[in-house]
Amino acid sequence: MAIAPDIDHKSTPWREFGAGARQTIPLIIGAIPFGIIFGTLAQTSGLSFAGAAAMSAFVFAGSSQFIALGLLATGSPVGIIVLTTLVVNLRHLLYAVGLVPYLQPLSPAWKAALAFWLTDETFMVAIQRYQAPDASPYKHWFQLGSALAMYGNWQLCTWLGLTLGQAMPNAANWGLDFAMVATFIGMTIPYLKTRPMVATVLVAGITALGARSLPHQLGIMVAAIAGIGTGVLVETMQKPESSHP
Amino acid sequence: MNEAEWLLVGGMALVTFGIRYPVLALSGRLKLPPRLLQALHYVPPAVLTAIVVPAVLVEADNLWISWQNPRLIGAIVALAIGLWRQNLLLTIVVSMAAFLLWQFIV
Repeated sequence: MAIAPDIDHKSTPWREFGAGARQTIPLIIGAIPFGIIFGTLAQTSGLSFAGAAAMSAFVFAGSSQFIALGLLATGSPVGIIVLTTLVVNLRHLLYAVGLVPYLQPLSPAWKAALAFWLTDETFMVAIQRYQAPDASPYKHWFQLGSALAMYGNWQLCTWLGLTLGQAMPNAANWGLDFAMVATFIGMTIPYLKTRPMVATVLVAGITALGARSLPHQLGIMVAAIAGIGTGVLVETMQKPESSHP
Repeated sequence: MNEAEWLLVGGMALVTFGIRYPVLALSGRLKLPPRLLQALHYVPPAVLTAIVVPAVLVEADNLWISWQNPRLIGAIVALAIGLWRQNLLLTIVVSMAAFLLWQFIV
């Protein structure tokens, strides 16, 4: 979709950084209501202003932050919340594995930085940049640009939500978290160009519905693995005609 | 922030970074099999769909497939606009508007 590479032939670190930030803008807009809601919800869940701000600054993983609030509100112990965070964020392991071929030559500091700021959104934008055919040596700067734009926005929106939450306590019920659904659908559509990808999405979706009652959001992992397996299977079966996914 | 909140935030930060970093840290010594690399192409759409479909269709652990479900209407609009115009920003903004409007009407 609109994540077309607008990179010059003469790529420099700063140009890549800027392009990464720019191409993340649509996803940032999708994340704005989500961040604001997190801020407004935090207070009704019993998390302090500083606690919510620290969570956004140090954890930086939207969906697990939301789930943590839900668990806090029901009085769950810290250990359970941390364990649930682990399960919900396991998908980032898949993203990290996907980035390995491209980040291999980087220093440990770069790897740590890009790992800390890794999110669904930045992965989607960065992986397309890494897979682009040009041989720019600065593609990791593109990922950093995307990551810092997402991070800055998330901190800002958390603060905004915390402040707004005091003024409008019922803002959390407006359903603005639908922004995440809209963003994720928009990010999925560009993939729906081949038969294996369509099969992946159908199976992942149906499995997610079937497995929704599994504890700790494990259904997401089960459904993702079922979808990935289906995609590989369909691709392997249709190999004779076309070899590219 | 009290001690329990520090423990919570610290624990969550630790496990999240602990998922995102180690594979990359070891990447210099890691050689990935081609099968795995092929499978990785399917990770993003599979994960995104697995999160979105229940978020749209499940309400309090029950399936809610009805025109009265504003999330379903918003999701259909997102799919339609996305497939038609291939523009991410437009998809997000228009489907958000459709969702809010529908939620307001119904």
